[in-house]
Amino acid sequence: MTILQATPAPVATRIGEPNAVAMVFFFAFIAITLGITYWAARRTRTTEDFYAAARSITPGQNGLALAGDYMSAASFLGIAGLVSTTGFDGLIYSTGWLVGWPVVLFLIAEPLRNLGKYTFADVVAARLRQTPVRIAAAFGTLATVTLYLIAQMVGAGGLIRLMFGLSYETAIVIVGAAMLAYVLFGGMIATTWVQIVKAGLLLAGAALLALMVLAKFGMNPVALFAAAADKYGAGVLAPGKLVAAPLDAISLGMALMFGTAGLPHILMRFYTVPDARAARTSVFYATGLIGVFYLMTFVLGFGAMVLVGPDAIKAVDKGGNMAAPLLAEVLGGTPFLGFIAAVAFATILAVVAGLTLSGAAALSHDLWVNVVRHGEADSREQLRVARVATVALGVVAVLLGILFKGQNVAYMVSLAFAIAASGNFPALVLSIFWRRCTTEGIVSSMVLGTLSTLVLIWLSPTIQVDILKHPGAWFPLKNPALVTIPLSFAIGVLVSLATRDDVAVERFAAVERRMHVGEA
Amino acid sequence: MSEHRFRSLAETRWRIAISLTALMVAIYFGFILLIAYDKPLMGRLLTRGLSVGVLLGALVIVLSWVLTWVYVRWANTHYDAGLDQLRREEAAR
Repeated sequence: MTILQATPAPVATRIGEPNAVAMVFFFAFIAITLGITYWAARRTRTTEDFYAAARSITPGQNGLALAGDYMSAASFLGIAGLVSTTGFDGLIYSTGWLVGWPVVLFLIAEPLRNLGKYTFADVVAARLRQTPVRIAAAFGTLATVTLYLIAQMVGAGGLIRLMFGLSYETAIVIVGAAMLAYVLFGGMIATTWVQIVKAGLLLAGAALLALMVLAKFGMNPVALFAAAADKYGAGVLAPGKLVAAPLDAISLGMALMFGTAGLPHILMRFYTVPDARAARTSVFYATGLIGVFYLMTFVLGFGAMVLVGPDAIKAVDKGGNMAAPLLAEVLGGTPFLGFIAAVAFATILAVVAGLTLSGAAALSHDLWVNVVRHGEADSREQLRVARVATVALGVVAVLLGILFKGQNVAYMVSLAFAIAASGNFPALVLSIFWRRCTTEGIVSSMVLGTLSTLVLIWLSPTIQVDILKHPGAWFPLKNPALVTIPLSFAIGVLVSLATRDDVAVERFAAVERRMHVGEA
Repeated sequence: MSEHRFRSLAETRWRIAISLTALMVAIYFGFILLIAYDKPLMGRLLTRGLSVGVLLGALVIVLSWVLTWVYVRWANTHYDAGLDQLRREEAAR
């Protein structure tokens, strides 16, 4: 295939046609993961199995599963596409998506494992009043999970239509059904292993693709970058117009950095390992795997720029999301395209499963068991409620996916990060570190952090200008994290100082001890 | 005695965690601020095909991982040893 330039000529690609290889790989993935689910279902008897995989996951396995939960199709397809069409500007995302992980390790992972059972609300509620904290935390969790789910479902529908030629609705229902099977029957054990298989496939697929690109440039990435600069000008190696507004870049950076440490489906993973030391080690593995993956996006993006060409990529999909599959087709023909397409689909499926499980945990463990039943529910009832919540969320995810068909939902992932960073992260940090915090302070921080993020997103250019086509927006930033994170911390501190919570202060010493030493 | 050891261990752990977090924030936002306010520097070529920006971007990723390694190494040796000693003392009491 020759490289197409300038005019958006019809591209010689089989993307969008039913692809036998993609179908075979995809159904093989479904068959293997359902097999895992069957195996896991026989081991899922208690809530500890369902939510936390019986705390039996090793650090290496959890590192892969964390990477699997985190590396969504948005990062694989989206970043490769962004780099291939804008060059350096896309790399800003590659780095931004990784830098939250060290923060998770330094501040959150170990206290979370030592203080909680199934959800991050366990940690926040450790010495505060259960009912208000649980309700506020469930609100933040569901807001994050719902937005993330919409983005994944709409992405899945579009992706599958583009790659397999299936209808949008069919694709959404297939994703919903497979994901429900994993979570409903196999709980966290199945979800973890689906993530591990998916992470392995995604890393292997990306590595193979990167090696095939590098083989054309004497295994030297700098030679690849030089080829890109020769062809499209040295500007592709320099910052361009994507960060024209510095405050926008900083605000997005803050959402990515602190949002990672507030994502409910990521935090939940730390309960699947035996102890705090294992939680710590698993972040080290996850950071390495995700870092290597994002370094590979440098090669994939510039590879697609040189070997496929930005115009050819945009001709297939305006957003550039098909850069990696097109690159695969150029390098390995239709079979390799099929493999990469199936990997991308598997990626979405696994992320959706993890999100649904964490949403179900908030509904059943936080709201039903701890708020409605005041912690007095037996294991059988808890499991039943968790499964009902899973089905409810699965149905909602499918409906939302269909409702948002054709909408531009790319902003919803960074919005989910902004809510996680403003609603969940400050409450976690304040409740872990600050003796003097009160129930009122933490609840206000969570509720107002989430609400202010939602309101400011609504008033931002992202919605007002890009979606509603209004000429201007009341709030200048595309991502509100720069305002809402400090706001949420400030509310938490000020309200705490204005109120008293003697029980919380009294219990600090015991909780602090448990946070370091673990359960006695 | 045990209480004193716990306090010093907890304080050391948070001092290290907060210093490393601050370092991570400085590295990443340093990178973003350079992009925002010194585009010519980021676009300068070190050699054919390698600009300062691309190199620093890759370095941010590598440094993130190095920082997690530094923390894990410290925690696996010093912090865990301290915790084990604390648990032994408490068991002996």
